[in-house]
Amino acid sequence: MSMQNLENLKAELSSFVSKERFDSFKFYVTPVGDDVLEVPKEDIVPVVRFLRESGKFDFLMDVCGADYLNNMQGRQKRFDVVYHFFSSRTYQRLRVKAQVGENERIDSITSVWKCANWFERETYDMFGIEFANHPYLTRLLCHHEFVGHPLRKDYVADQQQHCSSALPLHFPPDPNWNPEGRSLVPLNIGPSHPATHGTLRIMAEIEGETIARANVELGYLHRCFEKMAETHPYNQVIPYTDRLNYCSAPMNNIGYCKTVERLLGVEIPPKAQAMRIILAELSRIIDHFVCIGANAVDLGALSTFFYLFTYREMVYSLFEKLCGARLTVSLTRVGGMAQDAPPGWFDEVLEVCKKIRAGIDDLERLLSGNKIWIQRTQGVGAISAEDAIAWGYTGPCLRAAGVNLDLRKVQPYYFYDQLDFDVPIGSTGDVYDRYLVRVAEMRESLKIIEQVAKNVPEGDYTVRDKGVVLPEKKDVYGNIEGLMNHFMLIIKGLRPPVGEIYDVTEAANGELGFYLVSDGSGRPYRLHVRPPCFAIYQSFPEQITGGLVADVIAILGSMNLIGGELDR
Amino acid sequence: MSQAVETSNSGMSGKELVEASRSFAFTTKLEAILAWGRKNSLWPMPYGTACCGIEFMSVMGPKYDIARFGAEVVRFSPRQADLLIVAGTITEKMAPILLHIYEQMLEPKFVISMGACASSGGFYRAYHVLQGIDRIIPVDVFVPGCPPAPEAVMDGVMVLQRMIAENHPRPWVKNWKRPAWIKPVG
Repeated sequence: MSMQNLENLKAELSSFVSKERFDSFKFYVTPVGDDVLEVPKEDIVPVVRFLRESGKFDFLMDVCGADYLNNMQGRQKRFDVVYHFFSSRTYQRLRVKAQVGENERIDSITSVWKCANWFERETYDMFGIEFANHPYLTRLLCHHEFVGHPLRKDYVADQQQHCSSALPLHFPPDPNWNPEGRSLVPLNIGPSHPATHGTLRIMAEIEGETIARANVELGYLHRCFEKMAETHPYNQVIPYTDRLNYCSAPMNNIGYCKTVERLLGVEIPPKAQAMRIILAELSRIIDHFVCIGANAVDLGALSTFFYLFTYREMVYSLFEKLCGARLTVSLTRVGGMAQDAPPGWFDEVLEVCKKIRAGIDDLERLLSGNKIWIQRTQGVGAISAEDAIAWGYTGPCLRAAGVNLDLRKVQPYYFYDQLDFDVPIGSTGDVYDRYLVRVAEMRESLKIIEQVAKNVPEGDYTVRDKGVVLPEKKDVYGNIEGLMNHFMLIIKGLRPPVGEIYDVTEAANGELGFYLVSDGSGRPYRLHVRPPCFAIYQSFPEQITGGLVADVIAILGSMNLIGGELDR
Repeated sequence: MSQAVETSNSGMSGKELVEASRSFAFTTKLEAILAWGRKNSLWPMPYGTACCGIEFMSVMGPKYDIARFGAEVVRFSPRQADLLIVAGTITEKMAPILLHIYEQMLEPKFVISMGACASSGGFYRAYHVLQGIDRIIPVDVFVPGCPPAPEAVMDGVMVLQRMIAENHPRPWVKNWKRPAWIKPVG
């Protein structure tokens, strides 16, 4: 299947570029089944233009770098720039890689794929890879006084650099910008502002109540997830993943563990799959609770928040019963779950589902027909399906714009394909539609949880491969083999084969992707996260320009921006 | 008051006067009554940046309800708050802004550092994370946890209330020096 796609691509591409250029391209399928195309850096723009214009791929999901300083065998150049494409028509994926040497530049692909902008800036920030013809190549995550590029292998992970001040208001250069004769007032929101939920900074110039131009600054919560992942054994990365999207922590655990498991070639037992599905859907519900609750608070409806938090607490209690933690749960391990569910837990899940269903009814009575809510949200932040795809929107924000794309349906993992649920779709993509989609999604999640929790498969909660999972404590203390296995796994760590993988799950915000490179050691050589809200937030300055200041807050809340995931 | 004067004129002894006044007055020191008022009406400015911020929402929420400790009037303007609750990781990029916010708060002001990241950088021993907010501002109460359970945050508030009530000495505030590497604003 995968080979066939690649052959087709090869045939079409060969007629698109000259023979000698084409001979330098490398096509291959990785052992886990990812299609890869390696091209010289000089050809990157024509190739990605072909991918777009031929209609083969409509999503640029991710761009990232990788530094092979310590791992140069078979390579000429130090860095890789890695692009991930996806087609919402055929559901195929393609990884394009280009090697870049130190002090070399690669052409920016922003002229073809506008959503590459921030991804390339991040790659420049992290690796120092320069993109020629990029419209605004500045640091994205690290502060402006930072020296060096932290994800290079020769940058020491804990070498901190202080920052002396915040940057004044700044905007990307725009040739069409003309302030002559306009009375513009600068406006700064955040990073410490109630409506920004912590760490977002919005800079704007306003003319009356209208936003004349806008820019955002990221990185106020850049806590070096990817560097931390490189310096920790595979299982110790799990707590860091909790803190990506901390509103729905288990989903990140699952996304990460699923990636490592696929690279290892481990299939987790049905009971672990069932528990993961339940946790993922519970997380989706509580994530949407926070999003809707906070969105409503920002627009003046405080009671919604209190209503919804009552139900969020119920789910916290379920998590607590499972592992002792409420928010950052680290419930999964590579190979399955950390521990089995306590007796009666699944029945409690069903009970809580009933209460949440009543809670969602309450929520709809509070908001769905509420005049003020409708006036503040309908027609605000509307985006067409075309634009949403061009920006790399995924998840509820994409579906609100009318695109039927849910990875649980189109690339089903675990046993989602055997479950009965619908994918709610909006039409206008405005804040109100996003709200409606989220509400409907919560109801679908409840449906999924009930189906799974009523028929939990029997069996073990984890695989028992001694090279992957620690033996049970009774074996560690009870027999020599268990003790040795425990010792070996702790000392050596679990070691996936050399290789790389990009794997995705449908998280609360959209496509959560992990790009993992393994060099066969006990630690990830490179782990990159494709955070769903990063791509969505990228469209924000364009979305708010020309609109009212008050709408900025409504749109911001509907995007469900989570600092931990955005800045990593 | 006039009633008390009349009674004393009617020939009560000093002791009898004190006894009689118990029904309508109490005596205290000015600083004690100030501390009493202060501790029961802390106005927090939540500086929520990350996961702890979400857990702080729970503290505010209906189940835990920090209002029971008189600290529910959340102010997002530092000028109107006297309790800075730093909930979440403070990065090097954020540090100058946190200091600026702290400096804008009016005396008397108190700081609670909620969670491992704010207290020490937590498990982010990393290039862009400040290794504890006490490197830039004086902290009264550290609340451990990652994130701390809401009960722990309330315990932190109660510890602070006791410190205020007892007029606990705060050498960390007295000896605090503004970090030299951060430029003053304006």
